Parts: sequence; structure tokens; C-alpha cells
Amino acid sequence: MTPRRTLADREDVLGGAMLAPALAYVTLLVGVPFVFAIVLSFSDATAGSLHFGWAGLRNYAAILGDPIFLRALRNSAVVTVGSQVLVVILATAAAQVFRATFRGKRFARFVILLPWAVPVSLAAIAWTWIFDSTFSVINWTLKAAGLLHGWLYWLGDPALALFAIIIVQAWRIFPFATVIVLAGLASIPQEIVEAAIVDGAGFWRRLLVVELPLLMPVVAVAVLFGVVYTATDLGVVYILTGGGPANTTHVLPTLAFQRGILGADLGQGAAIAVFLLPFLIVVAVAMLRLARRAEVGGGGSAR
Amino acid sequence: MAGIEIRSLRKHFGDLHAVDGVDLSIDDGEFLVLLGSSGSGKTTLLRMIAGLERPTSGEIRIGGERVDGDVPPRARGIAMVFQSYALYPHRTVFQNIAFPLEASRVPRKQIEEKVRWAAEMFSISRYMDRYPRQLSGGERQRVALCRALVRDPKVFLLDEPLANLDAKLRNTARDDLKRFQRRIQTTTVYVTHDQVEAMGLGDRIVVMERGKVRQIGTPQEVYEEPVDTFVATFVGQPPMNLLEVSDPSLPPRTLLGFRPEHFLPKGVAAAGQDVRTFRFAVRRVEYLGSDRYVYGSVVESGAPDATIIAKLPATITAAIPEGETHEFAVPRRALRYFDAETGLRRRL
Repeated sequence: MTPRRTLADREDVLGGAMLAPALAYVTLLVGVPFVFAIVLSFSDATAGSLHFGWAGLRNYAAILGDPIFLRALRNSAVVTVGSQVLVVILATAAAQVFRATFRGKRFARFVILLPWAVPVSLAAIAWTWIFDSTFSVINWTLKAAGLLHGWLYWLGDPALALFAIIIVQAWRIFPFATVIVLAGLASIPQEIVEAAIVDGAGFWRRLLVVELPLLMPVVAVAVLFGVVYTATDLGVVYILTGGGPANTTHVLPTLAFQRGILGADLGQGAAIAVFLLPFLIVVAVAMLRLARRAEVGGGGSAR
Repeated sequence: MAGIEIRSLRKHFGDLHAVDGVDLSIDDGEFLVLLGSSGSGKTTLLRMIAGLERPTSGEIRIGGERVDGDVPPRARGIAMVFQSYALYPHRTVFQNIAFPLEASRVPRKQIEEKVRWAAEMFSISRYMDRYPRQLSGGERQRVALCRALVRDPKVFLLDEPLANLDAKLRNTARDDLKRFQRRIQTTTVYVTHDQVEAMGLGDRIVVMERGKVRQIGTPQEVYEEPVDTFVATFVGQPPMNLLEVSDPSLPPRTLLGFRPEHFLPKGVAAAGQDVRTFRFAVRRVEYLGSDRYVYGSVVESGAPDATIIAKLPATITAAIPEGETHEFAVPRRALRYFDAETGLRRRL
């Protein structure tokens, strides 16, 4: 044993040293681009030129007067909210199923987690086939079942296309949410569930009055992640509809990409992307508040 | 109100026979305590009565109606208090107590009345708007009892409701519980591993071990006339002394049993009392205020190392020096005899 103080004893130095890589990573790869994007949004920079001129609020004025942008903003909100509502319903239902014991549970759990593991672009390509105007699996299935008489142009009709995007986003996020909700369910003390059973509560009352309120903080976390993933996602919309038909299904990331990169107007693209920021901050703060206010389980036991 | 009839009830978890053929009949209005160590099957038995566990075989009748099949807990007319109290943490005290009434769709106004009445009974009316996390252990326990009470159950099932309270509170809570049960006269089944609770609360005690009932009787019967060495040593603190002596007047392999409080210095015994004397080699004396515990061994014992305990009340002031052998005596009427092989009581 060394009688002297070694580096391993010096928590102040060691702490800093161990934090440094993570800090550098966040600063260089998240912080710098973030600040750069905000700066760009006030400039008239274009791709292919090194010219950098101050544009003031011109970019913002331009996009706020642009119906395509307003539509994209609305679409972002609709897709995010819509997909998360679906996710919460699906994940809660799936978690209830996985709480039961049945044969093949492990396999089923593996299958249900797949959408999360599949690269977004590959999955989106598979979905374009499911929504194809001629070969749509959904349409042919509905037709065979006698439920569909006309024909649904999933990606050709603005409303249907938006719905299709919501479905794919929900499909992509819900496995992750299921895992989180399952963990939340496991954290509800068994005795509380049994007390509800003895107190005469049926399945729905137990779910809606006891379990869901206790799950709220956990569901909030799942939704928070879902919102961030969905609101910032570019791949699904880009591959599925490319913003079409006629620029009706753009969301903020695809429009930013189209204007900023494809259209070479870096300033305007950045301005569009920056619009995501207040949106996400509000959501994050609200969700974290909610998570802190509600207390999960445990309150019944002596502590 | 109703009694409970249990016939050859079994519950197997794989190879484990948690409850292994239990017959029990609980009278209407009786306070019955299931006493046993952990793993004795007492909680499983309670959960089967509640309907939270399905019996492997056997019958349960509550108020004459068979409930062991598919009768769900809510239809059994029972109310249960859990060890953790299982209060709903996101609901106020009022909402907690109102929950069973809401579940059975009682009109709002009646719920209000009923909850106020129950809260009054347990003097928790002041806490109606608080959340469980803002209450002390004792208050939570009373809220749990309230929640059970408002259902007007035919049977109360209590699973170690005092186990989470500190020792001081446990005494008053025990008294409250007993008075409350006497007042409402509802059949109560109470699970505990604490024999003091069992003795203090039960009209009758069921001593369980490894899924089987060892003895059913009043606290006095269980304490004074244990049917075997298990009950003799499980009930009573310190436990009954068991001693194997070679005595030609007794059948071979007989264990002598006597309670520590009956094992006193010979000089204390009343004149003319029929006593059996032992030579007691005292190892250590423990002073506990109201009592002295004297640890030692009996010289004529078959196993001279086995620890024998004498419990001397503070009224006996005689000095008992450690390391010496003293004459101690047990009144013959306080002696119990057991078969050393089977552990069963021998009546001589």
C-alpha cells in the first residue's frame, strides 16, 4: 500500500477527468452545431458559397409568410401528438398483455421490439410498399374482407398521407414505450393491485383509476422520448411521401432539409429547424413537471 | 355477518404444499388468529379465503355459500387489510376510503355519509384531504381499516396489519383493533407471526406449521395445553422448557415440559404443594426489570448442556449467584409430557 495520496484518491481531479470526454462530445457535436444553426438562421448564407451576410429577421419573416411552412408546422404538431396518443394506447395495451404469462412470451416480446431495432430508412421503405397506390397490402386485405369498396390512395391523398405518417411513427416508437410502461407496471406494488381487486374494482376501473394514474410519471417519460424522436425525425416523412403530394405533408425537419440543403438556402433552412426548439422545450418542461408531481407506487408502504 | 367453513383445503405451488389439508370452522363474529412463522401457509390460507389465490383442492364456504370456485373477491363479501396497507398513493384519504363504494356504484351522497361515518369511528376525519404519504404509519393503518369497514363486509381479513408499526404504537393499535372488532361483531381472520398479538387478539388461535394446522384453541388452551412440542416452543416467550430425564415412573423417551415462569427456586413453592425438584446449574442471570431470566442446565437431564430458562418475577428477591447449582422446583400440575420421538403430547 502506498502511504501517499494517489490520483485514485483524488475525487476532485478524477471526477473532472472522467466527465471531460462526455463534455467534449456534447460541446463539439451538439453544442457547436446548435449555436451555429441559430447563427445561420439570421444569415443569408447559401450552400456552395462562403459568403456570410447578416440577414436579421428576414429568414423568419419569409417562412412565417409561407403557407408551406405553416402547413409543415401544423403537420409536425399533428403527427407528433397523433402518434403519441396512439403510442400510449398501444403501449399500455401491449404492456398488459406482456404482464400475463403465456407460451411464447419471450418470442412475442422479441418480435414486438423489432420495429425499434430496424433502421428507420429500411422500415420506411417497407411501409411505402404497404401504402403503395397499386399494391397496398392494407387495401387488398380490406377488400378481401369486404370492408373496402372504393380504393384508398394512402400516399396520394394529403389527409391519408398524414395519417400514414402517424401510423409509421407510432409503430416505430411504441415498442420502446411498451418496455417503459412494463417497467412502470412492475413498480406498482402487487398489494395495491390486489387491494383494488378486493375492493371490487373491475378491469377497467383498476386500469383507469389505479394503474394509469400510478403509471403517469413513467408514461410521461415514454411520451417525452417519443415526442423528441417524432418531432425531429426526418427519415420517415422523407422516404414515405417526400413532403408530397404538393408539399402538403412536410414536417419541419423535411422542410428544413429541402430548403436548406436541397434548395441551398442555408439561412432559411436553419430558421425552419430552429422553430422546433421552443416546441421541444415546452414539451420537455411540461413532461418533467408532470413526472415530478406524480409519485409512482411506494406511497402506501411505511416510509 | 357469517362464519367460514373450510374443508380439506390445499394449495400447491409446484412441489411446495403451501397449504396442506386444512379444516377449519370459524364462527360468526369470531376473531380468529392464524399464527405461524413465515412459510407456514397462513397467508396463503388467508389469500384463498379472499379469492386472491385459487385452491388446488378443497372447499371454502362463507356464510354457507361455496366460494372456492370462480367467485371473485368482490362477490365474497370480504374486506382485506394488507401488511403494507396498500393505500392508493395518488388518492386522498377520502378518495381511498370511498374507492370500494365507488366500485360498487353507491350514489355520491351515500358515499360521502359512509366515509364520514367510518372516518369518525377511527378518528381520522381531520386527514380527509391528505395523501397517504403525508400520514404516519398508525394513521395509514387506520385509513386501511376504514377502507375495509365501509364495504360492510361479512368477513374481515387482516394480513399482519400491525407489523409495520413501531413497538409502542403496536400496543395501542392492538387495543383499538380489538375494541373495534368487539363493537362491530364481524367475523375476522387475522394473520400474524407475532404470538403476543395472537394471544392478545384472538378468540381462538390456529397454530400453523408447514401448511398444516397444529392446534386450534383459545389462547389459554394453546398456551397451557399445547398438543405437541412445536406449539409448546412456538407459543410463549421464552418458550416452554423441554427436558428428557430418565425416570422409571415415566414411559421411556418422555420429554418433560414446563413453562419458565413455573420453574422457581424451591424455597418459593408454597408449603404442601406437590412439586418436582431439579438441580439447576445456573450459568447466567439476566435482569429485565419486571423479571429475571435465569439461564442454566438441569443436572439430571439426559442432555446436560441443553439450556433451561427460569423466569422469576420481581417479587422473588432471593439472590441467585451465577455458577452455582440451586434447587429449583416445578409444581406437578404445571408439568406437561411429550413423546420424544413424535413430539406429541402424552397424557399421563
